[in-house]
Amino acid sequence: MKYVDEFRDPVLAQKLIVEIEQLTAQILKENKRFADRPIQLMEFCGGHTHTIFRYGIEQLLPKSIELIHGPGCPVCVLPMGRVDDCVSLAERPEVIFTTFGDAMRVPGSKKSLLQAKADGADVRMVYSPLDALTLARKNPNREIIFFALGFETTMPSTALTVLEAEREGLDNFSLFCNHITTVPIIKAILDSPNMQLDGLLAPGHVSMVVGEAPFNYVAGTYKKPIVITGFEPLDIVQSIWLLLRQLAQGQCLMENQYARIVPRDGNQPGLAAIARVYQLRDFFEWRGLGSIDDSGVRITDAYARFDAERKFPVPNIKIADPSSCQCGEVLKGEIKPWQCKVFGSQCTPETPMGALMVSSEGACAAYYNFGNLPELMALKEKAEVAK
Amino acid sequence: MCLGIPGQIVEIIDVTKNLATVDVSGVKRQVNIACIVDENHSVESCVGDWVLVHVGFAMSRINEEEAQKTLALLTELGEAQKEVEAILLAQAQAQTEATQ
Repeated sequence: MKYVDEFRDPVLAQKLIVEIEQLTAQILKENKRFADRPIQLMEFCGGHTHTIFRYGIEQLLPKSIELIHGPGCPVCVLPMGRVDDCVSLAERPEVIFTTFGDAMRVPGSKKSLLQAKADGADVRMVYSPLDALTLARKNPNREIIFFALGFETTMPSTALTVLEAEREGLDNFSLFCNHITTVPIIKAILDSPNMQLDGLLAPGHVSMVVGEAPFNYVAGTYKKPIVITGFEPLDIVQSIWLLLRQLAQGQCLMENQYARIVPRDGNQPGLAAIARVYQLRDFFEWRGLGSIDDSGVRITDAYARFDAERKFPVPNIKIADPSSCQCGEVLKGEIKPWQCKVFGSQCTPETPMGALMVSSEGACAAYYNFGNLPELMALKEKAEVAK
Repeated sequence: MCLGIPGQIVEIIDVTKNLATVDVSGVKRQVNIACIVDENHSVESCVGDWVLVHVGFAMSRINEEEAQKTLALLTELGEAQKEVEAILLAQAQAQTEATQ
């Protein structure tokens, strides 16, 4: 496949790993701050987490590099109350509720969308918001709601779908908008007192939409190296190498490793569609991270008739996560997934308690599916005995 | 959620709606190309272009020059060359032994 196979070349990866080992040795030798802690790099995006586990990249890296898995998985940070809102909308008899597959199994306080479907609600999995629009054309007597979820990557597609619905006069189509924004959440992570990040892999496909400029502050204000990164294994290994090269040279720059996809100014038609259809919310609630200012968008007043939140009653009740669930601490990088009380016991990909175990991009699911499970469970048992 | 897949635009279906057929690894699918159309790229001119497809939308035109530059940078990493030659040699030897 075009520029996929090339970026999976194991020989090139091996070359980079050798370079990474040399750079790491140099950094450790020249920087006292790493005498008692590892070099901590965060991959923000769940897509990166998935690639890292799928290809075993962590095992290839020197032991003194620790990868922290960030909260960039929209399904994982969706608060339970929002899932309840989806179920409530889906259970209306006139509604066909459409969603990406990832969101089907996320537990709400009473049920997931999948369980709602089993109980008779008309919930349909679609690949694209355009498929939901097709359903709206075919079912003029039903109300089609699309569950709009995701970071800036997905916003142009849902915004353009609303604009197309307007053009065609399809008034039986609306969005339940839960889009979230990247920059405020990265700021929140960098401001967290427990976090000592040494560098950041920036989300490649968010950057494809918003461009390079929104990430400059990480290098400029926070003085942390940051590299916009692609999604193939070689992209990730190369970006880690770029971060280490900056650390070795005492630099903090914003670099773009993924220039084959990410233009410097982002995607102008996409940004224009976003600006027409969406406006910032004052704050948005994140699972495990709490309320964060300016971190979500809603539909503008001009497109209110396509806003499911204004078209239908939505319960909008805040529900606390189950107390045994430690998704928040995992999302903030404070504990590793296997250190959670319920990891691998009450919480597994088949019967998830927390959202991080649901999505293939969630850190817990990645550890469970691709990690050395017997070893992790032994570690967990040992830690519990020690307590 | 944020993943995308490369595909090639093979045909324009509807100019007003910005719809095209994209071939993704042999699978053909209708895709909206509004995000890659601008004053320099008319809808009609997009046939043959390689794009990154995300949830039914072509989100970016793949920049071949940049892709080649990144790959060249990787291939040029000089210092590790000996290691790589050793790996290749070991692989070649293993293959020869296997065929013997």
